[in-house]
Amino acid sequence: MKDTVRGWRHIPQRYNLIGSKCLECGKVFFPKRIICPECRRKGQLEDIKLRGEGKIYTYSIINTPTDEFKTIAPYVVAIVELDDGAKITTQIVDCNPEDVKIGDEVEMVFRKIREEGDDGVISYGFKFRIKK
Amino acid sequence: MAGIVGYGVYIPLYRIKVEEIARVWGDDPEIISKGLVVQEKSVPAPDEDTATISVEAARYSVKRAMIDPQKIGAVYVGSESHPYAVKPTATIVAEAVGASPNLTAADFEFACKAGTAGMQACMGLVDSGIVEYGLAVGADTAQGAPGDALEYTASAGGAAYIIGHDNTLADFEDTYSFTTDTPDFYRREGKPYPRHGGRFTGEPAYFKHVIAAAKGIFEKLGSEPSDYDHVVFHQPNGKFYLKAAKKLGFSDEQSRTGLLAPFIGNTYSGATPIGLAAILDIAKAGDRILAVSYGSGAGSDAFSIIVNEEIERKRDTVPKVSELIEKKKYVDYALYAKFKGKLRMA
Ligand SMILES: [Zn+2]
Repeated sequence: MKDTVRGWRHIPQRYNLIGSKCLECGKVFFPKRIICPECRRKGQLEDIKLRGEGKIYTYSIINTPTDEFKTIAPYVVAIVELDDGAKITTQIVDCNPEDVKIGDEVEMVFRKIREEGDDGVISYGFKFRIKK
Repeated sequence: MAGIVGYGVYIPLYRIKVEEIARVWGDDPEIISKGLVVQEKSVPAPDEDTATISVEAARYSVKRAMIDPQKIGAVYVGSESHPYAVKPTATIVAEAVGASPNLTAADFEFACKAGTAGMQACMGLVDSGIVEYGLAVGADTAQGAPGDALEYTASAGGAAYIIGHDNTLADFEDTYSFTTDTPDFYRREGKPYPRHGGRFTGEPAYFKHVIAAAKGIFEKLGSEPSDYDHVVFHQPNGKFYLKAAKKLGFSDEQSRTGLLAPFIGNTYSGATPIGLAAILDIAKAGDRILAVSYGSGAGSDAFSIIVNEEIERKRDTVPKVSELIEKKKYVDYALYAKFKGKLRMA
């Protein structure tokens, strides 16, 4: 139940890429922050809906995942640098892992993230795919 | 009457060819493919389901509608493959398009016509002034038991429609439904695969309801097949679709654009809505469209629609059906079985 509650609380960020923007220095953060690490108390953060487009900053191919993710292996996990500024860690879907390159342009999609067994909650949220 | 303010479609990237499935079961691929008029079908990735397909289609529909999603007052998702037995897909869609929390939402079920039933509910809410916009989705990740005839066609995809009064790109002239108690196809609670009545699914089921619904709306409007530029029917396969068109007196020209089963298979609740979207993708202002869905159990919803000039402004804002069909990647049966969870893991 604890996992379910935590998952539920993260729905806005996982479904719609809601991050934070500091009105003082303009930096964008994902996930959301409570204080800006640059401006500290001077900073003022507000929610921002990130656009869900960016480039692959770096990535790695997962060949031997935990049992839970066996059906999707091998798969690519990348750090994506969003056009809005923030960097996020995400899976890259619908690709041959060997075709992925640093700098590839990517866009957000909505996918299943995990299932708690066959009778638990299904978590959904963002993943990315290469733009073509 | 209300109209279509925006629409969006999603079809998974993966495809499997009928001949690949036939190879595994020892069937003659040519006989199957010609008999069904289906060459290949869409396959969802392992992390796709009716909720993710609905969200992708719904996000496109909101973008094409060019509306503030907070103005959506109703979200209905029609499917026979909702991820949860209890816990609505519609709440996931509403949250993901930014429509929550001031709205009503529910999941609809009526075999393959649950999506068009949702469209009718939205029309009613819009026309009565209860909501400004309604979002209706028809989507499925259909399952056929391994080796069953349904496995050749059961596929995945969905379409979403924003129904409203202002800035419509096409307007409903009327809708008419024909419904009876007919057990042609069913799945009991807790069972993974549906059962069907073989030949019983044809004449007394699909054809009877589709034709009665089409004739019903002709009578209501005083129209006839020659008054329409395009027609689309539910398409469990290409064969039934072409036969329904012929029986009603529609030409190949009128029915061609909406027929997608040869390329993506039977997307169940997605089938008629996606076919209608393919027509809207190429329609001109003034074009008149007849759309007739079919759901086993059984019933058909018919819609008569007239396209207006707003289509030109909105058409190119999100991917068209033809682009989604052309973008594809083939899988073999082994990968398909893994994707669809047909394998039993240790
Ligand atoms: Zn700052």
